[in-house]
Parts: sequence; C-alpha cells; structure tokens
Amino acid sequence: MARATKAKTSGKGADTGVTRPSGSTGRDTLLKYYKDMLLIRRFEERAGQLYGMGLIGGFCHLYIGQEAIAVGMEAIRVKGDQIITGYRDHGHMLAAGMDPREVMAELTGRAGGSSKGKGGSMHMFSTESGFYGGHGIVGAQVSLGTGLALANKYKANGNVSFAYFGDGAANQGQVYESFNMAQLWSLPVVYMIENNQYAMGTSIERSASETHLHKRGISFRIPGEEVDGMDVDAVAEAGARAAEHARSGKGPYILEMKTYRYRGHSMSDPAKYRTKEEVDEVKKTRDPIDHLREKLDKAKVSEDDLKAIDAEVKRIVAEAAEFARTSPEPDPAELYTDVYLEAAE
Amino acid sequence: MTDILMPALSPTMEEGTLAKWHVKKGDTVKAGDVIAEIETDKATMEVEAVDEGVIADILVEAGAENVKVNTPIARLEGEEGAAPAPGPVEAPKQEAAGDPEKAPPETAKPQPEGEGAAPVTPKAPLQDPEIPAGTKMVKITVRDALRDAMAEEMRRDDKVFLMGEEVAQYQGAYKVSRELLQEFGDRRVIDTPITEHGFAGLGVGAAMAGLKPIVEFMTWNFAMQAIDQIINSAAKTLYMSGGQIKSSIVFRGPNGAAARVGAQHSQDYSAWYGQVPGLKVVAPYDAADAKGLLKAAIRDPNPVVFLEHEMMYGVEFDIPDVEDWIVPIGKAKVRREGSDVTITAHSRMVGLALKAAEELAAEGIEAEVIDLRTIRPLDHETIVESVRKTNRIVCVEEGWGPMGVGAEIVARVIEHAFDYLDAPPLRVHQEDVPLPYAANLEVLSLPSVEKIVKAAKAVSYK
Repeated sequence: MARATKAKTSGKGADTGVTRPSGSTGRDTLLKYYKDMLLIRRFEERAGQLYGMGLIGGFCHLYIGQEAIAVGMEAIRVKGDQIITGYRDHGHMLAAGMDPREVMAELTGRAGGSSKGKGGSMHMFSTESGFYGGHGIVGAQVSLGTGLALANKYKANGNVSFAYFGDGAANQGQVYESFNMAQLWSLPVVYMIENNQYAMGTSIERSASETHLHKRGISFRIPGEEVDGMDVDAVAEAGARAAEHARSGKGPYILEMKTYRYRGHSMSDPAKYRTKEEVDEVKKTRDPIDHLREKLDKAKVSEDDLKAIDAEVKRIVAEAAEFARTSPEPDPAELYTDVYLEAAE
Repeated sequence: MTDILMPALSPTMEEGTLAKWHVKKGDTVKAGDVIAEIETDKATMEVEAVDEGVIADILVEAGAENVKVNTPIARLEGEEGAAPAPGPVEAPKQEAAGDPEKAPPETAKPQPEGEGAAPVTPKAPLQDPEIPAGTKMVKITVRDALRDAMAEEMRRDDKVFLMGEEVAQYQGAYKVSRELLQEFGDRRVIDTPITEHGFAGLGVGAAMAGLKPIVEFMTWNFAMQAIDQIINSAAKTLYMSGGQIKSSIVFRGPNGAAARVGAQHSQDYSAWYGQVPGLKVVAPYDAADAKGLLKAAIRDPNPVVFLEHEMMYGVEFDIPDVEDWIVPIGKAKVRREGSDVTITAHSRMVGLALKAAEELAAEGIEAEVIDLRTIRPLDHETIVESVRKTNRIVCVEEGWGPMGVGAEIVARVIEHAFDYLDAPPLRVHQEDVPLPYAANLEVLSLPSVEKIVKAAKAVSYK
C-alpha cells in the first residue's frame, strides 16, 4: 500500500497538495481515501476475527470508526515527516504505508512481523515509513513526538512531527510539559488529539474538567481547533493548515479530532459504559466511510469502480491474514537479539 | 463456503454462550454486520461478519451454552471471489515453554550469567587504553573531566548536544557544563524548564530521530519523574522494534548521598537501573574513568545511565594527558592488588574501600579492591577471578542492601566460585532506612571505612 510519492520539501511553505476548498477534492484523491480507509476497516475486522480465533494474543486495540483521521493526515504528510502514536496504532501504520502483511504478522507474533514478532500490537515501527510507534504507555508518545520535532529543528530539515494521542492521554502531565517546551522552542510538532470520547471506560465528561481539548494549549499560547474527525476532507484541510503553521517555524499546533471508536477499548472490553443506541447512532449518521461514499457518488464514481476497490482490499487483507497465519514463530535465537547494539568502536 | 467460528472474548476464554442470532439462514451479510451475540460470565459481545455472503446454515442455535471457542457456529456461502476465512486455527504452539523435554535450542537457553553472556559481549577482551611511557599526567577534578569529555565529543560530532536544567546560562547547577554554552551556543546546550518527565521524553524522541543527546538530571533523584521514559522508551524500544529504533542517549547527573540533604535527595540508583536489559549503567570513581567512560557512553549506540557523585566533583586526580582518552564500558578495574580478601565497590565507595584496605594492611590483611566502574554489563569475570585467589569477598555500595548490587555480585560469586569461598560473603551498604538528616544519624546510616574494615575482618575470621 505504498502511498503516492511526494517530493521532499524543506523549509517554509511546503507544498502539501491540499490547498483546495472543501468539497472539491479530486476524484482520484477520493478513491485513494476510500481504498485506504476501507483497508483499515477490513484489516481491523480481520484482526478482530484472528483475535477471536486465538491467533492474536494480549491486547488488541482496533481503529474502526477513526479511519478518516489517519488517512486524511497521510494525504498532507511530506516525506520525512514523522508519525508517533499510542497503542491504537494499526490504522496509522497502514495509512503510513507499512506492509499489511508485516503488520498482521506482528499481531500474530510471527517472524514476518514488522518487529520480528517481538513487539506485538502496541509496539510496531517503520523508520522507512516515518512511523515511530506504537507506544504502550499512555502519553509517553507525546514527549517522544516532541523530541522528534526537536530533532527536526536541530537538523533544520523542514519536517514536522505528528504526535497522536487520545482524550485519555490528554490528562497526562507530560503532555503539558511537552506543550510548554514545544511552544517555548517553536518546535515543528502537530499534536493530534483523537478524541473518541472514551478513555477505556471513562467518558470524557467524567475525566476532563475542560472537555474541549483543543483549548488545552491556550495557557501555552498554542493554537488549537476542533475538527470533524469523521470527515476525511475536513481532516486533511485542518491537517494542512496545522502542518504549515509548524513547518513555517511558528511552533506547535493542536488539532482535536472529534471521532468515535466502534469497538471496545480493547478486544476484551464489552463496552458496557455506553449504550448500543449511542454506537448505532454514530454508525448510522457519522460513519466516515459512508460519508465518503456520498462524496464518491457525487463525484460520479461508479458502483463498479468501488466494487473493484472492495475486491482489491479484500484480497490484500486475505493475503495479510494468510501471511500472518503461516509465517513461522520467531527463531528462539531471536530471544537475545536487539537488546543492545554493538558499539562501533 | 466458509465456517464462522465461535470467537474468544479474551485470551483466557475457552467457552461461552451463544446468546442470540441477528441473522437467519438465507440472509445476506456484509463485512461489519452484527450477526450474533455471545456472552461469558464476565461480558457480552457482538460478533461481526468479516466476509460478505449468504448465511448458508446456522450450526449452533441461540441459547446454546458452553460453546467451545473455535467451534463452527454458522456457514457462509461466499460471493464470487470471496476470500476464504483463515483455515483451521494454528495457534502458536507453546511446547517449548511448558515442556522440559523439548528444550529450546542452545542459543536461546536463559543464561545464568545474566547479561554478561548476552550477545553484547565484545569479541576482544576489554582493556583500558595503554598509556605510552613518558605520558604526562595532569591533575584534574572529576567535574572538569566530565566537562572535557562532553566538550570533546561535541566537537567531534554535531549530533551530540546537552540538555537539562541550568546547564547553559547558569553553567550547570554543579558547574559540570561550565563554558559549554559559550563554545557551542544555545542550539547544542539547552536550558530546560523544570520538567524531568517531559525533557527526558524529548531527549529519547530526539535520539530515536538519530541525534545523540546528553540529558543531565540535576540529580538522579529527580529522574524518578522520568524513569518511565528511561526504561519503557529508551531501554526497550530497540527490542520491541526488532532492532529498528535505536536510542543513543546518555542520562547523567549526580547520584547517591551528598551531605545533609535528607532522604529525598540522597539515593543510589545503581541497582534500580542495573536491573534493566537495554540499559548500560556506569558509575565511575576517579577523573580518568569519569572522562574515559563518559566519552565511551556518548559514543555508545545504546542508552547509558551515567551515575556521578556530587561529593567527588571537586576531587582532583591524575589523568593521562593523551588525545581521545576512552575507557571501555563493561570492564572493572583492580585498584589495589591483594591476596586475602576481595572488596568490590563503585563510585565514591571505591575511595572508602581503598582507605579500608590501607587500614587492613596495617593489621596484616591484604585486600584486593575492585572498582566495578560499570554496573551493567557487570564484569563478574574480574570479580570471580579475584575471589578464586582471595577466597573471601565483601561488597560495598552506597545504596540499600536488599536486591542491591552487592546481592547480585554475591549471587554470581556463588554461582561461579562456590567451591573457592572460605567464608560467607558480606555486604556493606546503607542502613535499611530513608537517609536521615541529623548529622550523627546520617553517619550511622551510610557505609564507612570502619564498617568495611569490620566486614573484611569478619570474612577473614579475624
């Protein structure tokens, strides 16, 4: 699922390719959005199935419902820009261009996984794709992502770091330590708050004294805005604006993506803290893929074209599942590798 | 035709109740449709279709209890070209873990020697650089040795930078970074807010992006705010990423008890960090080691915890006046040779051990003093070799005894030189209390020359 090649830009005014007004997104872009979002959804559904079959162990946090965010932001990412997130990470990896087979094989803990089976669902990385994890400690990725931005500024490479976290992590202290330094030092970082309204089983109303999380940067002078995270075009537009701000040397920017996760927090969460009606209402009225299909209809994309994409996605996911099922477990000799790097001198 | 299987709600679930069907035979379903509800005593969950197709058969009726996980519960007639669901479950076999008959291959056998036997073991034996005959020795404080190490490495590699509280304009809370701002500017010598958790995380992130940060903690006590980033992010990510993400970073600052600063500012973290695979842990005693080991730490591709000692910063030592003085991480140093008892120590405790050795010599006991220098990987070969000669050992550390560095050394000596021991090993360490403020109680709490002498005599039965 290699994403379209983008020219490396540097310094100010990077061409993000999404300066168009809302509603006029090109047909090809819409089709790419559709394919990438559908891939995430089908991939996650299959991951849920493999989990149910005992092929995936431990924790497994699915991204279903939030697809528009990872895909919309990928459209404005420039080569060299970094992505870092927490443990709900499969969607970001796929959007960033990681091989679905390697991602699925990591979920099953196999040698063909992107971390050779040693990381699991929450710990995957691809420096090649600019994806820096995949972190299991809530909020830690915010400081790390700010550090990636520090490195960008240090190297003057013109790149931006996109640090994703949820409404739950938004209450962690190190998030604000990082906000402070990022603004103080004008670091090129976009803080991407994926507000899916539930931190595990605790709703945002029960955990946050200020539920409008995009305002959390005010006391640090960091601009923020709320975005409909179920609308891929809205995500890309806001993303382009935020990235431009950060890339041009003005410092960090906060985007609060209003979204919703359809599944439980992890596979073993029966989600009793919200009603079935609430979930159904979102699925019926705000689903990001259905929303995109309406735009595709308007753009006169034929049912046959979409069916062809459906079939291709199905094939990719089936291949990934097959690879993840048949790839061998890591060689026992891997137990002691990758603990230390050999010193060069 | 594909089977829809009874799913597990958790890794431990073995069976459950098929509570309800949302579809019936002949219904067309597409991926994501809820087709059934299952429940256990703990939870209820919806089952969604993964493929599209027509329900050809319902194999397990609603209300059925104790349905085993992975039992086919329905059949799906796929549409043309529909991908088959994954075939029969081939969950990873765990025989190697549970069956002693099927031992894992030799290479994966847990090594009783701990990390010393891991692949990090260098090919050539570690040795201090040879000091050419006629080399001038110069006097320098530990503080300036550390400073020179940073300055030299920053001149050598633009990726190296220093960040921490008061490291730049204030010239360092303990003046270790004196004049670095003037030479390297504020791009590379960065004053941070008082925000250990945050700036440690920024440092690790920058390291993941290829820089080589030196993160100074005003003292290691404050680094407890940041210990998650040191362990969970810096130490573990290389492994979790299958070798993709490296963190070449040095965390440094004063460690252990200063003087009269009370419990929260007086703790030795050697044992804490020494337990973590993925970290290297260094605790030098004199100026030559402080400089040579810090330079090695900065060049090391792994995260290094570098434990200094405030009480040693102002102490002067001779240091060889050679270019690029580097001391290898992972090699202990015999500071004094002796035949009667081995004394191990690190950091400031080495000085106490050497003084104790002098007193012991006056009483006819020749102590061999080993400066550990590196806590992880621990050079137990040098210790074991010494114990095979002296047959007795006393382990000195400034930190608490339980689960401590001395406890680890004793365990390894017993593993590797049990038959050579003529007396039970003894440990000298801080008393098992938070460090008191009162001058007399503080003295009582910390290791001392007298305590070391007493222990050495005890293992010598004198």
